[in-house]
Amino acid sequence: MMPDLGKYAGAVLSAYGASLGLIVVLVAASLWRARRVKAQLAAVEARRSEGTPQ
Amino acid sequence: MASIWEYANPRKFIRTTDVVLPWVTAAAVLCLVGGLIWGFFFTPEDYRQGSTVKIIYLHVPSALMAINGWLMMLAASLIWIVRRHHVSALAARAAAPVGATMTLIALITGAIWGQPMWGTWWAWDPRLTSFLILFLFYLGYMALWAAIENDDTAADLTSVLCLVGSVFALLSRYAVNFWNQGLHQGATLSMDKQENIADIFWYPLLVCMAGFILLFLALVLLRTRTEIRARRMRALLARERLG
Repeated sequence: MMPDLGKYAGAVLSAYGASLGLIVVLVAASLWRARRVKAQLAAVEARRSEGTPQ
Repeated sequence: MASIWEYANPRKFIRTTDVVLPWVTAAAVLCLVGGLIWGFFFTPEDYRQGSTVKIIYLHVPSALMAINGWLMMLAASLIWIVRRHHVSALAARAAAPVGATMTLIALITGAIWGQPMWGTWWAWDPRLTSFLILFLFYLGYMALWAAIENDDTAADLTSVLCLVGSVFALLSRYAVNFWNQGLHQGATLSMDKQENIADIFWYPLLVCMAGFILLFLALVLLRTRTEIRARRMRALLARERLG
């Protein structure tokens, strides 16, 4: 299934490896920060609503 | 019909992107995976460049989004300057790491491609140099946002930086035409069928470009939602501190 990349196999595979690696890191970091900030905001809002007189 | 400015309301933006984001993400994954598999596995070698032509499916779309990412930030910054909508300033902030990553991918894949084709990883060629400066502008833009505590001041100053950096975003696109020298070729893509790359490479490249555009959009939407929440959290914590 793997195409024959000939003498440029190293160049092609390293380009794909580096690019996909960077994309995965960017997506993972974005998702991680999204979850963390959402949870932190929920905690702050919960604290505020507990402190607010009904 | 709803005005576009309704989406400047953070709550409306989050409600709308709750619906839109999964679809954009699914389309991005479909186009990226489909385009890269098509380009990597099912296209022939180029008669001059051999198998290195397969790097085009990463290099051209990432370079496209490096430049257009900055132009999107420019549009958002102008909206902030003129209309003072916080969501637009936060969208510009959210786009910067995505654009920087795209620029880095374009620089890395360009160097890896350049070594076997030009015999060097790097040359101080007009396009390469303007791309490197664009990358430094992305880093400076993110550093400036991080360095200023007041969100509105940060948005003002980064918007001005974005305006200045737009010169390099445009230069990196047209540098080859302006100086007509250096190693980098002119535009890979052309409306003229004679000048454009062969269809067998062009169609998977189109799918990859769509994939990168959609990936950029999905990440900017996700990160803008995060920035909106982070801004609200900072505001609430500031109110708590004031008692």
